[in-house]
Amino acid sequence: MTLEIDRISKRFGTKTALDGVSFTAAPGELFGFVGSNGAGKTTTMRIALGVLAADSGEVRFAGQPVTHDTRAQIGYMPEERGLYPKMRVIDQLVYLAELHGLSTNDAHRAAELWIARLGLGPRRKDDIQKLSLGNQQRVQLAAALVHDPALLVLDEPFSGLDPLAVDVLSGVLREKAATGVPVVFSSHQLDLVERLCDRVGIIRDGRMVAVGTVDELTRDAGRRLVVTAPSANPGWAATVPGARVLEDRGPTTVLELSPSADDQAVLAAALATGPVTEFSHRRRTLADLFRDSVATPGAPR
Amino acid sequence: MSRIRSARAVRLVAKREINARLRTRSFVVSTAVMLVLLLGYVALQAFLAGDRETTRVALAGQAQGIATQLENNDRHLKIVLVQSESDGLTQVRDGEVDALVSGSASRPRVIVKSTLDTQLRTVLDNIAQQQVLDAQLYSANLDPAAVHQAVSATHADVQALEPADPQAGTKLATGIVVAILLYLSIMTYGMFVAQGVVEEKSSRVVEILLATVRPAHLLLGKVIGLGLVGLAQLAILAAAGLLAGGVSGVFSISSVALGTLGWGLVWYLLGFLLYAMLYGAAGALVSRQEDTQAVVGPVNIALVIGFVAGINLLTQAPQGTATRVVSLIPLLSPILMPARIALGTVEPWEIVLSLLLTVALIAVVTWVGARVYRNGVLRVGSRVRLVDALRR
Repeated sequence: MTLEIDRISKRFGTKTALDGVSFTAAPGELFGFVGSNGAGKTTTMRIALGVLAADSGEVRFAGQPVTHDTRAQIGYMPEERGLYPKMRVIDQLVYLAELHGLSTNDAHRAAELWIARLGLGPRRKDDIQKLSLGNQQRVQLAAALVHDPALLVLDEPFSGLDPLAVDVLSGVLREKAATGVPVVFSSHQLDLVERLCDRVGIIRDGRMVAVGTVDELTRDAGRRLVVTAPSANPGWAATVPGARVLEDRGPTTVLELSPSADDQAVLAAALATGPVTEFSHRRRTLADLFRDSVATPGAPR
Repeated sequence: MSRIRSARAVRLVAKREINARLRTRSFVVSTAVMLVLLLGYVALQAFLAGDRETTRVALAGQAQGIATQLENNDRHLKIVLVQSESDGLTQVRDGEVDALVSGSASRPRVIVKSTLDTQLRTVLDNIAQQQVLDAQLYSANLDPAAVHQAVSATHADVQALEPADPQAGTKLATGIVVAILLYLSIMTYGMFVAQGVVEEKSSRVVEILLATVRPAHLLLGKVIGLGLVGLAQLAILAAAGLLAGGVSGVFSISSVALGTLGWGLVWYLLGFLLYAMLYGAAGALVSRQEDTQAVVGPVNIALVIGFVAGINLLTQAPQGTATRVVSLIPLLSPILMPARIALGTVEPWEIVLSLLLTVALIAVVTWVGARVYRNGVLRVGSRVRLVDALRR
C-alpha cells in the first residue's frame, strides 16, 4: 500500500504554494521530507490528509484516490499541535481512536497500550492542559498512532523533543515501518533524517528538487576530497584538472572532483608540495546536499 | 458503510460534548441558579396572589356599633375598640392603626394619617348610606328588611359573549416563564456552541478532527450534544417548576400545563437548532476566545429583540395584531410562539404556519452555517470575513 503524491498544485491567492509536487512512499519505507520554512511541506501534508483541497493533482493510497473513508486509516500529526485542553489523556485518545473507526473496546485497549508505551501511565487521568509540553507532545504522538494507522504522515514530529524522546519516537517509527506502513515525516534535523530515512525528498519554493535515497542523491553530485598538506602554498590544487577548491583553510583543503577527474593526480600534486598527513574521501551529507539544492539559483522568488 | 460511519461520527462528537459539559461545575451551578430563580418567581406569584394586607381600624364611642357590619363586609379588616377618641388618635399617629372611626353610624368621622384605603371608604360609605336609608324608610312607613330584600334580588342580567378566562393571570405568568426559560437556554447553550467551536480552533485540535470527521458532522454533533444537555436542564427546571407551582397553588398541574410544557420543549429544540447553527458558524470566523463576543453579537441581538419584544407584546396586547404578526417571524417564533401557546390565545393555523416557517429557516441556516463553518474553521489567525467564508 503505497502513498502516491501525484503532481499536486495549490495556490493561495496570487502565491503559488505548490507546483506539481510528486513523490511516493512505499510500504515499510521511512520517507523524510525536508525543505526550508515556507517551502510547502505542511501544505503538501495537509492536502494528503484532505484537510486542504489541492487545485490540481491527486493523492493516492494503495492505488486509489484518498477519500474520506481511507483517511480514517492515516495517522496524522499536524504541525500546529492541538488537543482538547480540558480533556483527560485517556478520554482524548479513546475518542480519537473511536472517531477513526475503532470499536469502544478496541479504542480503550489501544489507548492504554500507547499510554504505557510512551510512559504516560501516571498522567492518564490528567487534563491535557496540566501536562508538561514534552508530555503533551507524547500524547500528540499517541493520538496519531492510537488507531493503528496504515499510513503515517507526521509534520515535524521531532521538534521540541528531548534526546530521550527522540530515541523513543525513532524507535516507534522504525517499528511501524517494519510492519509495512509507509511513514512520511518532515523535519529540520537533517542528521536525524539521514540516519532514519530510507528515502528523502527535498522541496523548494513549492517544487520537488530532489527525491531518492541519501546515497543516490549524494553520489551523483561529485566526490569530495579532504587533503592536509602542511607545507603547501595556497592554490596548490588549482592546476589539477577537474578539481574545484571548496574550502582552503590553513593546511586542510576540501576539493570537489568532477566525475572524470583522477584523485591520484590530486595526491601527486599534494605530495609535490611536501608531506601529506591526510588524504581522504568525504561522503557528502544530507545537510550538504540540502544547502546546495536550496542555494542553487532557480526560479526567481 | 460510509453512512454508518457518518452517523457514528456525529454520535461520538455529541457524546463527547455531553460528557465534557457534564464534567464542568458550571452545569451544576447554572442549573441550581436557574432553579432558585424559577422557584423564587413561583413564590413571588404565590405571595402576590395571596392575602391582601389587612387594614386595622380603631372604633371609638358610638361607632363601635358598626363593628359587626364592618367585619361582615370586609374580611381584610382588623377591628380595634378604643376607650376614647384621643386614644385612637394617638394610635393613628403612631401607625398602630390605619384609621380611627368615631361619631354615629349615619355620620361616621374618619381620621387617617394621610389617605383612606379606598375599599374601607366604600364600606364605610355603604354603612352610613344604609343607616340613612333605613331611617327614611321608617319615616315613610315601609319595612326596611322587605325593601332590602326586593332591592338585593334585582340585578342586571349579564351575558358575556367572550367570557373572561379566570386563569388568564396564571397563563400569562406561565407564558412569561416559558419565554424567559427558552431565551436563557437558547442563548446559554448557543454560546456554548460558539465557544466550543472557537476552543477547537484556538487549541488547533480541529485539524486532527477534520482529518477524519467531516466539518458538517463535527458541527452537527456539537449542536446535538449541547442541545441535549440544554434539554435535560430545561426538563429538570420544568419538572421543578410544575411541582412547585402545583404545591403552592399558583397553577394546577393540568393538561393545559403539560401541553404548554410539551410545546415549550418542541420550540426549544427548533429554536436551539436554528440559533446553534448561527452561533457555530459565527464561532468558526474567529480563532481566539476574546474575539467570540464580537462575532456572536448579531446573533445575540436577534435573540434579545425576540425576547424583549415578546415580553412587551405578551403583557400589553396578548391578542393584538402586532403580537400575531411578530410571533410568525421565524427568528422570533421560538420564543414568542410557545409563550402565546401558554396564553391560549393562538389559532392552530398560526402554530402550523410558524412551525413550517421555522423549519424552512432552519434548513437554510443549516446549509449556510455549515458552509461558513467549513470555510472558516481551518483559517487560523485573524478574523475571517463573512463574505470570504461564504464564497468558497
